[in-house]
Amino acid sequence: MQDNIIVRTITRILIPFIQLYGLYVIMHGDSGPGGGFQGGVILGSSIILYVIVFGVDQGRKIIPEKLSDTLNSIGVLIYAGIGLICMIFGGKYLEYNILPLGSAHFASHIGMLGIEIGVGITVAAVMITIFFETARQER
Amino acid sequence: MIDLILLLFLVICAIAAVHMKDLLSATMILTAYSLIMALVWTNLNAVDVAFTEASVGAGITTVLLIAALSRTKRREED
Repeated sequence: MQDNIIVRTITRILIPFIQLYGLYVIMHGDSGPGGGFQGGVILGSSIILYVIVFGVDQGRKIIPEKLSDTLNSIGVLIYAGIGLICMIFGGKYLEYNILPLGSAHFASHIGMLGIEIGVGITVAAVMITIFFETARQER
Repeated sequence: MIDLILLLFLVICAIAAVHMKDLLSATMILTAYSLIMALVWTNLNAVDVAFTEASVGAGITTVLLIAALSRTKRREED
């Protein structure tokens, strides 16, 4: 598909909008439908669209194997770290409203947003990794 | 009324996906199944589940199944 100019141009135009929508879904996960998982899948599918159109080798230049493996772990660490910070301040695991950020409502909002961001990063990186491992041609 | 029509399409898609010999057609019918399932979830006021069904079932699963199909044969053998 690399020599088809219509597909390439439309992909270049469309990818930023897909990623913006994925970030919107992650950010509004606590106040509406959507959340970290769905937004992460949408973010990952934008990269998968790029790889389908421009090929696996070009895609590995944008997302090297080391970067996707690192992002896998960073998301899990954000999730576990926020839970452990809540325990350090004297609450239970993931009890956000104990955090010292002013009101309990605001602390709960910030904690939930951090969890959504961590889940989104991990899900996007895992989807990209699964697709790369499935699409790789053995020679 | 609309949910009966959707469930009828759902059953037709499920049976067709199982009995199809051409695996690429079966994948596409499975995508249609996921999309109708997302409509059923929306009809049941479960918007969050419908969102997940539409993005994972109709998006990622199709891409992964086609990527797996590219490494094997397109037709099923008896």
